[in-house]
Amino acid sequence: MTAVLFPGIIVRAKSIFAGRKGPGLFQPLKDVMLLFQKGNVISTTTSYIFKIAPAIGLASVLSATLVLPFGPFPALISFNGDIVFFAYMLGIGKFFLIIAALDTGSAFEGMGANREALYSLLAEPAFFILAGTLAMLTGYSSFNEILIGLYNPDNSYILIYSIISVIVLAQIMQVENSRMPVDDPKTHLELTMIHEVMILDYSGFDKALIHITSWLKFALYSTLIFDVLIPVQWDKGIQFGLFAIIAVSLAVYIGFIESFKVRNKIGRNPVFLFTISVLALLAFVVVLVLTEKMILS
Amino acid sequence: MYIFLIFCFILLASIGVFILPPRLKHLWTLILTIGTIIISCYSAFNVLVQGNELIIYGFDIARSQSPLMVIDNLSAFFILIISFTWLTGLIYARGYLKSYMESKSQLHISLHLFAYLWLGFSMIAVAIVQNFISFLIVWELMTLSSFILVVFDAEDRVVLKAGINYLIQMHIGLLFLIAAMLIANTQASVYEFGQLSHYFSGHSNFALFMLFFIGFGIKAGFIPFHSWLPKAHPAAPSHVSGVMSGVMIKMGIYGILRVLLSVENDLMSIGVLILGISVLSGIFGILQAIIQGDIKKLLAYSSIENIGIIGMGIGLGVIGLATKNDLLSLLGFSGALLHVLNHSLFKSMLFYAAGSVYKSTHTRNINELGGLIKKMPYTGTFFIIASVAICALPPLNGFISEYLIYSGIITSLGTASFYQSLILVFSIIALALIGGMTLFAFTKASGLIFLGEARSEKVSEAKESPKSMLWPLAAITVLVFAIGLVPLILVKPVFSIISQWFTFDNADMISSIFVLNMQNISIVCGVFVVLSLLLLLWRKLHLKNKTTETGPTWGCGYTAPTSSLQYTSTSFADNIGNLAQPVLQTKKELPLIDKNDLFPASASFESAPHDVIQEKWIDKPTASILNWLKKMARMQTGRIEHYILYAFAFMILIFVLTYFNLL
Repeated sequence: MTAVLFPGIIVRAKSIFAGRKGPGLFQPLKDVMLLFQKGNVISTTTSYIFKIAPAIGLASVLSATLVLPFGPFPALISFNGDIVFFAYMLGIGKFFLIIAALDTGSAFEGMGANREALYSLLAEPAFFILAGTLAMLTGYSSFNEILIGLYNPDNSYILIYSIISVIVLAQIMQVENSRMPVDDPKTHLELTMIHEVMILDYSGFDKALIHITSWLKFALYSTLIFDVLIPVQWDKGIQFGLFAIIAVSLAVYIGFIESFKVRNKIGRNPVFLFTISVLALLAFVVVLVLTEKMILS
Repeated sequence: MYIFLIFCFILLASIGVFILPPRLKHLWTLILTIGTIIISCYSAFNVLVQGNELIIYGFDIARSQSPLMVIDNLSAFFILIISFTWLTGLIYARGYLKSYMESKSQLHISLHLFAYLWLGFSMIAVAIVQNFISFLIVWELMTLSSFILVVFDAEDRVVLKAGINYLIQMHIGLLFLIAAMLIANTQASVYEFGQLSHYFSGHSNFALFMLFFIGFGIKAGFIPFHSWLPKAHPAAPSHVSGVMSGVMIKMGIYGILRVLLSVENDLMSIGVLILGISVLSGIFGILQAIIQGDIKKLLAYSSIENIGIIGMGIGLGVIGLATKNDLLSLLGFSGALLHVLNHSLFKSMLFYAAGSVYKSTHTRNINELGGLIKKMPYTGTFFIIASVAICALPPLNGFISEYLIYSGIITSLGTASFYQSLILVFSIIALALIGGMTLFAFTKASGLIFLGEARSEKVSEAKESPKSMLWPLAAITVLVFAIGLVPLILVKPVFSIISQWFTFDNADMISSIFVLNMQNISIVCGVFVVLSLLLLLWRKLHLKNKTTETGPTWGCGYTAPTSSLQYTSTSFADNIGNLAQPVLQTKKELPLIDKNDLFPASASFESAPHDVIQEKWIDKPTASILNWLKKMARMQTGRIEHYILYAFAFMILIFVLTYFNLL
């Protein structure tokens, strides 16, 4: 549900900031329904890899949701180190999308594939530092236990950490979902695209799957941010409301960023990504202090 | 005793390769290989199932106290790994060698097969021989037979040079091993690996371990001892590189583990040392792999990276031992052992597939390949599967071993002290970076070699390889999926192997937790596979009554694009190459355009990957030693009176030194 509304809200927020009326909230859904009714156009250059990639991408995101808890509701399947599984499961979707882009033999898509590979590689350390920090803070290694341990009454200074990690997560989300300032999904020049250029040759059913995948990815990351920010112990009814608020505000935040900020020069992107990792390291140091491993005198 | 006799018989029978007619040579090799494998795997299984060591005596039961060979669970594990890749390599070799059957002399082929047999024998022997002297002999046999295999194409000077380089480096390693064994022998009269603890309990552990580590590390390919790998692998035929990279370099890991079993103190510094070198190997190896344009060089550097991951597991395990953190050491060691197995599977697969590509296109340059999946659908699919596995992505086997190492780190962070936390977070960053870069390197390799349009004429004549070259790949694929989807079959035995080495207080509890985790991983991976298949089915049904058109790839207004417009290996690696320029120092030659040049003249641009660690740490010192030796060579005048003078001077020196009691 949130997944469906998310892109609509971003577009709406952008158009409001730009002073336009903009399309309705359900426009993306309508687009996808339309895509489902269309036939496919497939390049003669491609092989079967191109055809199976969107399905594998969607399956990978769906499987990754299995280990992600939602607020008070524990994940369907939980085990030690499922954070690692989460990241690597998303990785397989990425792998196939990248080689599918190379499959078209287009120079543009090669470029997109190349950038996607580079940026996801640079964003990976940030995620894992954050995961490690969470584990260090709570002493657990699965999403479920970490979230319960996170808002233990003992950890009174948790807010500092939460805020930093939310910032980091929000930025990883921008990278992973190819939003500004790393990537501009609405640009019309292929040379400046990253994610969009990779899927240039997709149409019909396959494109619809790719759209659904990217919505789900949004939902996935907003759930993650929500989980870190809101204590599990709070009332369930409130939690749902809060999740809606957080998801909407994330969407509005992205719309806001995209309206008022320019996209980074492609060459500057690595610096942006390094900054995220450094922020994550900062969170690590904060936790070192919080858990009194590093004694400041 | 019987086993020993049969083994001796097989060794003798291997000479038969030279006598038999050409068409039977391969078959004979295969029979002997299978015979050896049946005997050794039977014993290995017994050891693993029963948990007892199997002791094999040689002929001299009556007088010798120490057994000739001992198969314990570490040996058994390695024997199973060796046997499988040895066999797949041999089956693959049948197709690969076919075209050489006419061009090479019979003797040449026989020698090659003979060496291949003996490589397998010696590897199995390395895993079970305990006595130092016998160990050195079989270790040397392994080096010599692999040398003969590498220089199969010795008509090519590059190949011969790579082979000799390999031979020399291996002997430097041997020197370190001999030194280490001599020290242990003279100081504590240690004659075999099992007695090493006599030395370690009384002396400083770090120095001797370092000697062993360097000796074995040269074989394993840890940086900075790696420079033979990227030369020898492209030179060797593909089944040989598959076996060498898949299992032979792991014998170095075996040696390190074997010594580690007896180490008693200095664990922390040893652990940190292994971890540090491994992280360096991992990151530098994969960075180099990304910028390589030669498939087999790329794979060779990726082997260095994987050795790095294995080393990280071992290093973390040792640190866990040092800090009495059972969980970390159990998970670290088991991740490392499992990765030894996993890497032997997917890396041999990648080398075989790369060999098939080389055979049908006669090029290893990625910039000249492309679109091969249409010509070689099976080889291409196998290569892509192996790439997914090597990127450690679920649901394939690579994920399981890296997951174990990761979860060891993450789970230990909660209780770690300040310095430990730093080490652990450092290794988690390294692992994450390595993971991301592997994805980069192997999307490049599989995408550019097999997908898209052909980049040169060479691809157009490519044909799918014969069945004998595809079956081994299919067999490995089955294992790759099996381990990925049902990791329990291996994780449990590996846990029990490791808990026999060291005494862990709560090994049972940890292993029961991880058995549960593995079941959960099986479930989610299964869900993923089922979901993918369902979605694909849905796609098929959905598109049945829709029109599917085909057309050219969208060219943004540029119609009739040529295939040279595609991304190439060099351009794909360009941005990461630029980012890592301080580390990689890729050489680029770009002639500057003169200010006064009004019209563009023809210009050229050149860039070549080069290995900065090799240049700074190996080539430069070697060059300066050579230089110095050349100066010494001036003494060699060839005139007899000079030599008498040298002898005289030497005697005087001895007298003087004795007189002042300096000797």
